[in-house]
Amino acid sequence: MVRLLTHNLLACHARNCTSNNFPLELRDVSVALREADYSEDFLRGFIPRLEWPALVQAAKQLGEDSLPEEPLDPATATEEQLKALHHVLLEVHIEEGSMVCPGCQHVYPISNGIPNMLLAEHELARS
Amino acid sequence: MIPTPDLAHLTKQDYDVVYEPAEDTFILLDALEADAEVLRAIKTPICLEIGSGSGCVSAFLGVILGADAVYLCTDINPHAALCTLRTGAQNKVALSPVIASLASPFAQRLRRKIDVLVFNPPYVPTSADEVLDAQDAGGIAGAWAGGKDGMRVTNVLLGMLDDLLAPEGRFYLVALKQNDIPGITRRLREEQRMDCKIVLQRRAGREHLHVLCITRL
Ligand SMILES: C[S@@+](CC[C@H](N)C(=O)[O-])C[C@H]1O[C@@H](n2cnc3c(N)ncnc32)[C@H](O)[C@@H]1O
Repeated sequence: MVRLLTHNLLACHARNCTSNNFPLELRDVSVALREADYSEDFLRGFIPRLEWPALVQAAKQLGEDSLPEEPLDPATATEEQLKALHHVLLEVHIEEGSMVCPGCQHVYPISNGIPNMLLAEHELARS
Repeated sequence: MIPTPDLAHLTKQDYDVVYEPAEDTFILLDALEADAEVLRAIKTPICLEIGSGSGCVSAFLGVILGADAVYLCTDINPHAALCTLRTGAQNKVALSPVIASLASPFAQRLRRKIDVLVFNPPYVPTSADEVLDAQDAGGIAGAWAGGKDGMRVTNVLLGMLDDLLAPEGRFYLVALKQNDIPGITRRLREEQRMDCKIVLQRRAGREHLHVLCITRL
């Protein structure tokens, strides 16, 4: 269940890849739409935690262009705007495909709705 | 009392490769339940469970905190991530599992933004090779093999805690007496400026289990 909410929180963490490593580019993805319960409080609370341009860009890669380029203001966003955000953030599920780092081109595969973010070289690597 | 999540969809075959909830899991559930009011006071919390295994703990957290929260989960075991996803669906909690080690792929975006961090780590003392092999394999041995003092994996996370935890964030960690809890407490205070309290402890067979709650000083 890779929703754009999760995608918005993931960055490439390959060693030495510290700039231009977010957002990960979506490639060859297949998506499923699943209804989620709408919560206005959640959306208003979560807007400040989003990287808005990254969300808009990822949504466009999935053919969803209902979000404005300018970030919504949690205090003044209308119900219509929040409904659009709800759909993009929580109801679009990436099932298969990959996420590619814009900087180092590392490919993170998604299968069965789960991203594999493991690197060959990890924190506990033998020294 | 909050009911234990429904795990009826998980089978013996799942538990051959994924950690089956046991006493260490249940003491963690009890500690979270005891803190339910404090946890519910956090607005739109971001929760991250490291090593979610079956998904039992995150699903339980989902029942405590409800839909106005984000539930991220990591595990190095791919089948555990799948079980976590299924357990979320079974219990109607939107869990977001990612195959990853510790908090790695979230660390940049969630710098000092994790409100509730949870880890029931591989805490059994083993040889250095055993823990490294288990970490590489991502199988069932990774559920328990903990290296020196059972702290090899947990120590890596403790070293990054200041970069992960939100100002009012809370970190719930399962630990054994052999993990040297006074040593953990001292290190956290000196190196991370964090406070560490034992919120629950009990004996289960040979294990003397503790749940530590770690917050900023
Ligand atoms: C003791 S089990 C706990 C499982 C579940 N949370 C529970 O309480 O029943 C430890 C879990 O941590 C996972 N794990 C071990 N090393 C890890 C690491 N470096 N990063 C993420 N998960 C890890 C294991 O695969 C296993 O699922």
